[in-house]
Amino acid sequence: MDFSYNEEQQMLKDSVGKFVSQDYDWDSRRAIVDSDSGYSSAHWKLFADLGWLTVPFLEADGGLGGSAVDLIVVMEEMGKGLVVEPFMANTVLAGGLLSALADSGQKEALLAPLMAGELQLALAFAETENRYELNQIACGGEINGDTLVINGHKSMVLNGGVAQQLLVAIRTSGKPGDDSGISIALVDASAAGVNRKEYTTVDGQRAADIWFESVSIPVTALVGADGGALSALQATIDRAALAVCAEAVGAMQVSLTKTVEYSKIRKQFGVSLSTFQALQHRMARMFMEVEQAKSILLMAAMAMDHAGGYAPRELSAAKSRIGKAARKVSQESVQIHGGIGVTDDLDVGHYFKRLTSIQYLFGSTDWHTRRFAAA
Amino acid sequence: MNIDFSPEEQAFRDEVHAFLQDELPQDISERVKLGLHLEKEDYVRWQKILNQRGWVAPNWPVEYGGTGWSSTQKYIWENERTMAGAPEVIAFGTKMVAPVIYTFGTDEQKEQFLPDILASNVWWCQGYSEPNSGSDLASLRTSAVRDGDDYIVNGTKTWTTLGQYADWMFCLVRTGGPEVKNQQAISFLLIDMTTPGITVSPIYLLDGTREVNEIHFENVRVPVSNRIGEENEGWTYAKVLLTHERTGTANVANSKSRLASLKERAAQSPLATDPIWQQKVADAEIELLALEYTELRTLAAVSTGKAPGPESSILKLIGTEVLQAIDELNVELAGYYGSAFVPEQFEPDYNDIMIGPDQTANSAPTYFNHRKTTIYGGSNEIQTNIICKAILGL
Repeated sequence: MDFSYNEEQQMLKDSVGKFVSQDYDWDSRRAIVDSDSGYSSAHWKLFADLGWLTVPFLEADGGLGGSAVDLIVVMEEMGKGLVVEPFMANTVLAGGLLSALADSGQKEALLAPLMAGELQLALAFAETENRYELNQIACGGEINGDTLVINGHKSMVLNGGVAQQLLVAIRTSGKPGDDSGISIALVDASAAGVNRKEYTTVDGQRAADIWFESVSIPVTALVGADGGALSALQATIDRAALAVCAEAVGAMQVSLTKTVEYSKIRKQFGVSLSTFQALQHRMARMFMEVEQAKSILLMAAMAMDHAGGYAPRELSAAKSRIGKAARKVSQESVQIHGGIGVTDDLDVGHYFKRLTSIQYLFGSTDWHTRRFAAA
Repeated sequence: MNIDFSPEEQAFRDEVHAFLQDELPQDISERVKLGLHLEKEDYVRWQKILNQRGWVAPNWPVEYGGTGWSSTQKYIWENERTMAGAPEVIAFGTKMVAPVIYTFGTDEQKEQFLPDILASNVWWCQGYSEPNSGSDLASLRTSAVRDGDDYIVNGTKTWTTLGQYADWMFCLVRTGGPEVKNQQAISFLLIDMTTPGITVSPIYLLDGTREVNEIHFENVRVPVSNRIGEENEGWTYAKVLLTHERTGTANVANSKSRLASLKERAAQSPLATDPIWQQKVADAEIELLALEYTELRTLAAVSTGKAPGPESSILKLIGTEVLQAIDELNVELAGYYGSAFVPEQFEPDYNDIMIGPDQTANSAPTYFNHRKTTIYGGSNEIQTNIICKAILGL
């Protein structure tokens, strides 16, 4: 048992932390959020140059090793600055699924440019009616000889607007609710019949809804075995859930610090807010939430590494607990700030927004509580 | 960062497991597993067995009889001990007064008291709270006035846990005059409970048990040589004791085992498939998982020589919240039997018909009794104040 970061992890933490504190101040972030692409290609190149894009990948795939602990080190620091560059959507979701399912040719063609920062990918898995149940996927894929034809609609595809290639979860056999019959297809985003509508998310990120109308691609564009993608897809979503849990822990720490600082400066009734016990105890509770969130994040990451990557019970415990902490800490940070907390100008409200989104990504708090209870 | 046990740690776990299997008396482990109270004799018997093996005080320095275990070994010990149903060593001697004695006491005091604490030859109790000094401990009024080589002690201590068994008390007394600030007027005395002038009166708690006492001192003579450290410096020593008291109050291993037992019993009940019940149990279990790792982080920090980090202050707070949540789940699981009060059926010599399955009829008394946990050891509100002041700088 060891609770310390190794040298590599400490360097990674310092390097991402330095970027966030020096190059990602609030005005710069706002400019990126308001830009056309919604992320900075200069930052993306920097991420690649510093090797961060290799963190989620196995050494065999040319990555740093793919440990869950490495991943949370990076994501926690990014969470502190509400980094909007699509690190998680690109490398953890799309890259992660490729790493699990793709053959060596596909990996060579896609993973190397991804890690070099030259390729934007997105994983299209969510559907309007399915909520978090992946076996409900209905988006149709029909195989006729050497051709695969895709028809259907995918919701909230993170990074879906700028991605050059899409990994699409489709049903090639059976009916919604069946565990088998789900496949992954690699689709060029510019292929005929692919229609995208990009939009911003409440937390300053980008997503797209994507419609597939008789999109015809060669059957060799399937990634992994026909009909057998569900477990790899769930494991990938779990990995992304761990990533946003770490991001939430970083964002909560900043929310707490900013709230405590503000309470010492802001005066009402002739004294600082920080002198009121009604507020002091609420901030102490926020602190406890952050510490419990940190602890259960480490628990889940270490359990995943211990189990060879997949530890659904522990991951669900973490997502459930961190979801509760995120709600509590972010709501309280706005309340204790008072009126200024609900303005767009102040960063605290934006931490609140991201911490709210995270509660509903990759399984809500209650969904994960149920999954934990059933495990 | 990893949670794997090394081969040495696995071997240690096997060693601990085998020791508990061979040496832990079954009558004791049965009562512990059912959540029933133990007699003094049970505690003493078990501690003497532990002392033979040298495992009474994992947190003491090795030179005084500590085990020299790593934080992982302590974690393994706590888990194995709890799963086996071995009682916790009574804290007053080993965890509370001993650290003060070996840190601040004279060589004579160490020699006189430490070996008897390890061997459980002497039962200690705590003289801190007074009828008018609860959370505001430093306002205590029990006085100790110098008379030659003695102090003359007068006053009342209360909430003295298991004081009816005690041979010795460690006690905070006021040695400074009313002109001195509270914290600078307090001394730390060790008092022989057989000294004339001491009266011990029982206080019965909500479950009907005599767990605590009120203790009166009327002109009790205590040799000055029984004072720890300097006169009027007792508050400093008392605070050290409180830090030691706070670690290990998370009750993680114990709560884990109680939750496992709860789930096992609930599996036979229609409650098992009730989604509201499932959610409440899952919430408690998840909170406990997080707490377990908060405690492990604290232990890891301490073992690398750092002081307990800020996270240690939440161990008592959340530990007692989880413990009380489990108490309530037990009462809910008991259903109608939650109202039954038949304490005599849990005594070792009872041989009449049992009311309610297992320890069902003990669930509500336990719930009532455990309300003390968020009040004692510095109430949870005081702990919250500590977080505000010491960590958040409010």
